[in-house]
Amino acid sequence: MANTAYPMADTATMLRRNLRHALRYPGLSLGALGMPVIMMLLFGLIFGDTFSAGLGGGEGFDYIDFLTPGILLMSIASGTMSPAVGAAMDMSEGIVARFRTMAIFRPAVLTGHVLGNVILTIASLALVIGFAVLIGFRPNATFGEWVLAAGLMVAVTVALTWFAIALGLTSKTAEGASNIVLPISLLLPFLSNTFIPLESMPSGIRWFAEYQPFTAIIDTLRHLLLGAPMDGGTGWLALAWCVAIALVGYFWAQKSYNKGTAA
Amino acid sequence: MSAAIEVRGLRKSYGDKLVLDGIDLTVAKGTIFSLLGPNGAGKTTVVQILSTLITADAGEIRVAGHDLHQDPEAVRAAIGVTGQFSAVDGLLTGRENLIMMADLYHLGRAEGRRRADELLERFDLVEAGKNVAMTYSGGMKRRLDLAMTLVGNPQIIFLDEPTTGLDPRSRHSMWQLIRELVAGGVTVLLTTQYLEEADQLADQIAVLDHGKLVAQGTPEQLKRLAPGGHIRLRFTAPEEFALASQVLPSASRDEESLVLLVPSDGSVHTLRALLARIDDASLEVDELTIYTPDLDDVFFAVTGQPTANDNEKVTSK
Repeated sequence: MANTAYPMADTATMLRRNLRHALRYPGLSLGALGMPVIMMLLFGLIFGDTFSAGLGGGEGFDYIDFLTPGILLMSIASGTMSPAVGAAMDMSEGIVARFRTMAIFRPAVLTGHVLGNVILTIASLALVIGFAVLIGFRPNATFGEWVLAAGLMVAVTVALTWFAIALGLTSKTAEGASNIVLPISLLLPFLSNTFIPLESMPSGIRWFAEYQPFTAIIDTLRHLLLGAPMDGGTGWLALAWCVAIALVGYFWAQKSYNKGTAA
Repeated sequence: MSAAIEVRGLRKSYGDKLVLDGIDLTVAKGTIFSLLGPNGAGKTTVVQILSTLITADAGEIRVAGHDLHQDPEAVRAAIGVTGQFSAVDGLLTGRENLIMMADLYHLGRAEGRRRADELLERFDLVEAGKNVAMTYSGGMKRRLDLAMTLVGNPQIIFLDEPTTGLDPRSRHSMWQLIRELVAGGVTVLLTTQYLEEADQLADQIAVLDHGKLVAQGTPEQLKRLAPGGHIRLRFTAPEEFALASQVLPSASRDEESLVLLVPSDGSVHTLRALLARIDDASLEVDELTIYTPDLDDVFFAVTGQPTANDNEKVTSK
C-alpha cells in the first residue's frame, strides 16, 4: 500500500498541476462557474414572480431566498463535471501511467483533482452568493450558522466530487465521463426541492425528491441561512449523506485507479 | 555484483489470451538490454510488469535488488519509465513538467528548478521549455519524456519503443542520449521493433515472439544464427529466368516473381564469379541485390516472419 513519506507534498504537487490546468484551459471551469449564476438570474429574476405566485407565496415568501440554497447546491453539483472529465482524461493519457510507476503517495493524483475542484467550487459559491444578494437574497444567519453552512457545502463538494470522479473513471473517454456524471450534475438538482417545494410536486417525483440526498442538504442550508423550519434529524441526515457518498466515492475511485497495478 | 533485473518464469495472460509464456531474462548492471519483437509479441507487457504498472500472473522478479511482489514501492523508487505513448502533461510547459517531476521526487524547490533547467539544456529544450508540451513535435515530446524520467536519477530505465514514429534525425539524437545515459552507469531495458536500433545500442538482445523468448545473446552471437548471405537476381522475361535457372543450378527459384537466390558468402570473389557466369550466358538481369546476414535475417530465422521495417540493401539496377 501507500507507504511513502510524503502524502501532503505529493498531494500538493497534484493540486498545483490541476489548478494550472484550470487556469490555462478555463473552459470547463468557467462553464461550471457561470452556469449556476445564469440559473440564479433566470429563475430568480425572470421566472421568480410567476413561480412565487404559483406557489401561493404572497407575503413573507421570498422566492429568491427560497431559491438561493438550491442554486448553491446546484453549483456544487455542476462543478463535479470538470474533475470527473479531468480524471478520465488523465487515465487515458500516458502521464498517469508514469505516476503509477513512481514512488508517490498513491491517492495523491485523484485527491489533487478533488482539492482543485473544492477551491474552484468555493469561488463559484462566492460568486453565486454575490449575485443572489444583488437580486435580493437576504439571509439572516449568524456567524456560527454561516460557518456550519459553509462546512456543509464543503463536505457536499468533497463527497460529490469523489463520487463523480469514481463515475468518471468507469468510462474510457472524456465524453463518456461527462455523460455519466450528468445524473449528479443536472438530474438530482432538478428533481429536488431546488426550484419548488416538495408539496407542489406530482406524487411519484415527490417521493423520489423527498428521499434523495439533495433535498435533505438543501433543507439544512435553508434552515441555517434563513431560519426555515426543519425536522430535527434533517441536519444529521444531510451530514450522513455526505459521509456515505464520500466514502463510497473515495474507495470506488481509488479501486479503479489502482486496478491491476502492483500493490 | 547482482543483476539489475532478474526475471524467472514470468507469465501473464489476459483472459484466454496468453501474452507472456514463461520469460527468463537477466540484465547486468550498466548495460543496455534490448527486447526485440514484432508488434503484439508482448514487449510492452514485459515493461509494464517490470515497472509495477500491471501485475504478473506468475514468476519471480527482482528489479534493482528488490522483490517486485513484496516491495513494489522500493522498485518504483529505483526505476524510470518512458513509455511508448508520451507520458508528458500536455497542458503544462516543458519546464513545468520537469519541475512537477522534481516535486514528486521531493528534490526541494531550488534544487528542483536547477535540475529542470539543467535537463532542458541537455535535451535541447531551453526555448521550447516555455511552451505547453501539447505543441511539441514527436521528437521534442520524446526528449521531454526522457528528461522527465531522468529527473529522479533512476538506476534503471525502461524505454518502451523510444523511437517509434520519430524521424531519422530525432532517432539518432535519441540513440545518442541513451548511450550517454549508460556511460553514466544507468541500466537500460529497451524494447524495439527496429533491428537496427537493437544492433546499434544493445549489449544483449532477446528476441520475443508470441510471448516467448526465441533467441538471446549479443548482436554478434545472434547474427551467427542467421542463414548465410545470398545474391538475389530478378528477371523481367520468363525465358531469361528459365535460362538462368539452368546456368545457376545451385540457386533457389521463385518462379512467380522471376527471382533467383544464389548462395554467397558476400565476398568480391564470389560476386565476380557470378557476374562472369551471367556474362558468359548473356543473361539479361533486371536487378541484382546482395544480402549479407544481419539481424533481419536472424529475426526471420527465429520468428518465421519478416520485420516491420525494410532495411536498405545494396541494390543496383
